[in-house]
Amino acid sequence: MNTQLNLDNNAAASAKAKPAKTIEISGLNFFYGKTQSLHNVNLDIHDKQVTAFIGPSGCGKSTLLRTLNRMYDLYPGQRAEGSILYRGKNILEAGQDLNMLRAKVGMVFQKPTPFPMSIYDNIAFGVRLYEDLSKGEMDERVEWALKKAALWTEVKDKLNKSGLSLSGGQQQRLCIARGVAVKPDVLLLDEPTSALDPISTSKVEELISELKQDYTIAIVTHNMQQAARCSDYTAYMYLGELVEFGETDQIFMNPARKETQDYITGRFG
Amino acid sequence: MSQLSTPASQADAKVKMNPVYAKRLLTHRIGIALSVAAMSVGLIVLLWILVTLAVKGFGALNLHMFTENTPAPGSEGGGLLNAIMGSLMIVVLSTLISTPIGILAGIYLAEYGNENKVAAVTRFVTDIMLSAPSIVIGMFVWAAYVATAKHYSGYAGSVSLALIAVPVVVRTTDNMLRLVPNSLLEAAFALGAPRWKVAMLVRLRAVKAGVITGVLLALARVSGETAPLLFTALNNQFFSADMNQPMANLPVVIYSFAMSPYDNWRELAWGGALLVTFSVLALNIISRTVFSQKTPN
Repeated sequence: MNTQLNLDNNAAASAKAKPAKTIEISGLNFFYGKTQSLHNVNLDIHDKQVTAFIGPSGCGKSTLLRTLNRMYDLYPGQRAEGSILYRGKNILEAGQDLNMLRAKVGMVFQKPTPFPMSIYDNIAFGVRLYEDLSKGEMDERVEWALKKAALWTEVKDKLNKSGLSLSGGQQQRLCIARGVAVKPDVLLLDEPTSALDPISTSKVEELISELKQDYTIAIVTHNMQQAARCSDYTAYMYLGELVEFGETDQIFMNPARKETQDYITGRFG
Repeated sequence: MSQLSTPASQADAKVKMNPVYAKRLLTHRIGIALSVAAMSVGLIVLLWILVTLAVKGFGALNLHMFTENTPAPGSEGGGLLNAIMGSLMIVVLSTLISTPIGILAGIYLAEYGNENKVAAVTRFVTDIMLSAPSIVIGMFVWAAYVATAKHYSGYAGSVSLALIAVPVVVRTTDNMLRLVPNSLLEAAFALGAPRWKVAMLVRLRAVKAGVITGVLLALARVSGETAPLLFTALNNQFFSADMNQPMANLPVVIYSFAMSPYDNWRELAWGGALLVTFSVLALNIISRTVFSQKTPN
């Protein structure tokens, strides 16, 4: 009986120490036609943590992010090899329901892309795809999503106006609200603030630390300070290879590889 | 002397004396002059046509034109009521047929155009049909529809006009849809939207005005087509709203009245030509102002 208690304690202790892995990437190779742009990438995305991908332009960060929701599938010449386990299931296998995958693994892009509809319909579009809500429930969901994106107070009186009538920073927050409204499991953010002014950027960064409580987040960023501020885990990539991956504090304060240190201190990239 | 000594005129003199620049300036001026001349030729001819139509057709523009039917040979007066009515019915029906087919085919081409052979062939065939002689289309509908039904009809006329309008609508819809940036489509796919929803609710909506322009331009194009109607709707001297019988229409009436020996017939022909031309002009202007769209929303 004593051993039984010990085992339970050990299990609880290890669960607290290391969060579960939502996505496990192993041996990932990616090809644009004949060109290989990702070489043998192995890393894990942990549950309800923020994982940042940093590296110079062209290193494959966005490519890697886009494999996680099979966005590359839209383009015939692009293909991936290896395995990506999302909650235990390999999403690179053929015969997947990609739409369901993308409903659970959402993505926000670098350029704000509001749909040509009202602000309300922009948010409701994604929700209507998979949920059957009454008008009252939909109103609540739209309000909730806009509040999460820190946009509610600015647009609550003009929900029927076109999404295109907002400023750039507001449009990007609208896109984030749209991504959050469907309550995905994982949220992929591809340089979400690089097109924004500093004030909108800081609002979005606050948002990320708040979203972390409910969602697993992977963010690609050019801005190292942003990665250091917002993330729990960081992956440094260079020329399609994963150079180093670890907890953010460790990567920034005590990197194991010299290349990582050079990039972080600005000696390179 | 004092005129030559100001700095500006000295600089001017320096520039003007440079032979390379002087030659370039001359070439530029000749080029501009030739372009303006070419444009003027086109513009003058267009204005001449419109003015001639206005002057010659204006005399026929009175209430009679819209209330009386085409006159019998030798009788006085008369109007174009049956022809106007017939044209409207034939053209409206052909638009109702061609618009859904054209838009859906355009959507198919934009979505699958790069992926499979069928789409590539469809696009090729559409381009050929765009420049098919309208008289050939008329003969085809004559052989396939009129000869088998053993009578001319307004329906056959609408079918032949629809065959001319469909490629126009397909082309404009396809072109407009392909202007929608991938980033917008990816944003919709990233929410887990199925392909047809992305195509209809996001892609099509982003270029709504442009697609409407395509439909209006196809409408403008077919409202003046004469050859196909000669073989299909023929003409009808009396007022008839029965589309299953020969139907009066403006282009064929203009054709038969224009070279006739009767004055009132010729005057009505000018009036009809005026009506058709200015309707087409109005459609073009509306599509370029109300529905103008250079880039997707």
